[in-house]
Amino acid sequence: MLVIKDLYAKVEGKDILRGINLTVNAGEVHAIMGPNGSGKSTLANVLAGNTNFEVTHGSITFNGKDIFDMSPDVRAKEGLFLSFQYPVEIPGVSMVNFLKTAVNEHRKYRNEKELSAGDFLKLLREKKAMVQIDSQLTNRSVNEGFSGGEKKKNEIFQMAMLEPTLAILDETDSGLDIDALRIVSNGVNMLKNKNNATILVTHYQRLLDYIVPDFVHVLYEGRIVKSAGKELAFELEEKGYDWIKKELGE
Amino acid sequence: MAEVLEKIGAVRRISELYAANLAGITGGLPSWVNQARKPAFLAFQRMGIPGFRTENYKYTDLTRLFENENFRRSFTPDDFEVDLSEVFSCDVPEFDTHLILVVNGWYDDASNKNTIYPEGVIVKSLRKAMVENADLVQKYYGQLAVVQDDPLTAMNTLFAQDGVFIYIPDNLHIEKPLQLINVLRSEDDLYVTQRNLIIAGKNSQAKLMFCDHTLMPQQFINNNLTEFEMGEDSVIDIYSIQNQHNKTASLSGLYIRQERGSQLVTSAITLHGGIIRNNLKVLLDGEHASANICGLALSDKNQHVDNYTNIEHIKPNCHSNQLYKNILDDSSTGGFTGRIHVLPYASKTAAYQRNNNVLLTNAARMNTKPQLVIDNDDVKCSHGATVGRINDEALFYLQARGINEQEARLMLMFAFAHEVLAEVKIEKLRDVIDKLVNKRLRGEVSKCHSCALDCIR
Repeated sequence: MLVIKDLYAKVEGKDILRGINLTVNAGEVHAIMGPNGSGKSTLANVLAGNTNFEVTHGSITFNGKDIFDMSPDVRAKEGLFLSFQYPVEIPGVSMVNFLKTAVNEHRKYRNEKELSAGDFLKLLREKKAMVQIDSQLTNRSVNEGFSGGEKKKNEIFQMAMLEPTLAILDETDSGLDIDALRIVSNGVNMLKNKNNATILVTHYQRLLDYIVPDFVHVLYEGRIVKSAGKELAFELEEKGYDWIKKELGE
Repeated sequence: MAEVLEKIGAVRRISELYAANLAGITGGLPSWVNQARKPAFLAFQRMGIPGFRTENYKYTDLTRLFENENFRRSFTPDDFEVDLSEVFSCDVPEFDTHLILVVNGWYDDASNKNTIYPEGVIVKSLRKAMVENADLVQKYYGQLAVVQDDPLTAMNTLFAQDGVFIYIPDNLHIEKPLQLINVLRSEDDLYVTQRNLIIAGKNSQAKLMFCDHTLMPQQFINNNLTEFEMGEDSVIDIYSIQNQHNKTASLSGLYIRQERGSQLVTSAITLHGGIIRNNLKVLLDGEHASANICGLALSDKNQHVDNYTNIEHIKPNCHSNQLYKNILDDSSTGGFTGRIHVLPYASKTAAYQRNNNVLLTNAARMNTKPQLVIDNDDVKCSHGATVGRINDEALFYLQARGINEQEARLMLMFAFAHEVLAEVKIEKLRDVIDKLVNKRLRGEVSKCHSCALDCIR
């Protein structure tokens, strides 16, 4: 589904990613862990097409298509979803209008008919129940005045509405209390199936108690330096990232 | 030096025009109306055409506009022999208004003859009211719009012959909005003067809409001025929709005095027009009066939109709130000057002001200037101004959800504008304006076909 080859990227002239190789197949859950500043969020943003991040080398294909040919909205419509680490507040744009536009843009892209107002509201209710989001939140402007937990839940809610084939969750666990973490994780697990894939970007092993990864990768100084099964996460939790640094001979 | 000479040129030309047509201008009007032209003439001679050197007009230089015009003035109503009320017939059932038609500044008797108002309400030609309701008109005429204070007021008073007079009796609540449509039509370039006087009695309630409408592609300069007296506990909403083609200059003044407990909402929505200057003065002249003042201007090409507000807190315990927003595209320019004057006696004043602007290009320019003069210690005042661009983070967020860049930009611009539109209290009107603004932002023609209501279709 996703093939990243020898990816290099810069932010404000500084090299952040230095040769990432990663393949994600349908049905898989990958966790990307690593210390602060290792390039985790950069990778997530490059995948989503944030132009603040400049790709200098390498290739990314998504479902066989070159991702660099696609604008962020086309990537989204191709099935890629980024759950933001810091969801943006957009005063004046109502949740309902925002979601309706987004859902219908996806449908138009797939040559499907736009949803009627009634069908849309039905879908909205269904997905709200699924991810247990407070129904008042959809009456407000996008993320405006939402608490940290509400913002993250809202990301998962949007994911449920758009049903992506590849979801990239950028530190979705940060700033969540245990209950919110459980709700968010349940949402992700419920949306998981054999046709889609998830990339979890996280600092902590905690999230992986709820969403069990098939692969864990350690990102360090812009490269994936270690990949293994879920047991790697426990090892990291126990020994810390210094252990990896030592292994690398630093 | 050459510029100074030309400036003198325009003032001289207009003065001579006035002298040459004196009989036509003053004919049929009571002497006290014509007496008011004398101080106006002196004030005009002294102030001339406002330009960069006029402090209150430093963002809107009108000297070039007046140097280059030699437009026709009509000192008698143009006779079109058409009942415009038929052309403008409003058949939007949910949005019914009392239609008042003004053509080239003249109250159009023929077109207005069929409009029926609630009992006690007077709507008529100001010219006629100067004779028939002399006691009322004379008491208020020229009281709020002081010729010595403003060159456009001086010019308006100098040439004023007609406009609309509205009187709303005490305790009357008018349900349907009064919609004043200001029609400009002429075979040649035209200069229009319009003068309105509106008196709202104690505890009365009314909603007014001012719609500008240009039927023809000629150049127009429209100098209109409205004086508005709000009685105790009256509740008045004034919405103005400026939607003229870009060869028109709209120079307008709205002067309002509020008595105790009165509540004012005013919103100026500017969609199209070449040079637009809106002067707004509100005198909070009775305790516990409140004024909620908004403006939204969407400009592109070489449009220029300048809002100048002057809020005077005269009595204690009054509240004023100003919110003005501009979205400027291409090489359009804008200005906002917000003056708040709290007089010594006006303790417990609350006066707020905000001006937010979005520039869509590098060529667009916005000048914004708060002017707070506070002569009392016990007040709450604030002001804030921003000039910025579309928020890139928000744009990326919308795009990351599958919304293309253009649509995402429109959503953000509309969201920015909507804060002002939310203040429009007439729901149907708000919907109409929402649609107009949406169309305008999309670059679709939002010009009304036959009147401002036609846009709903």
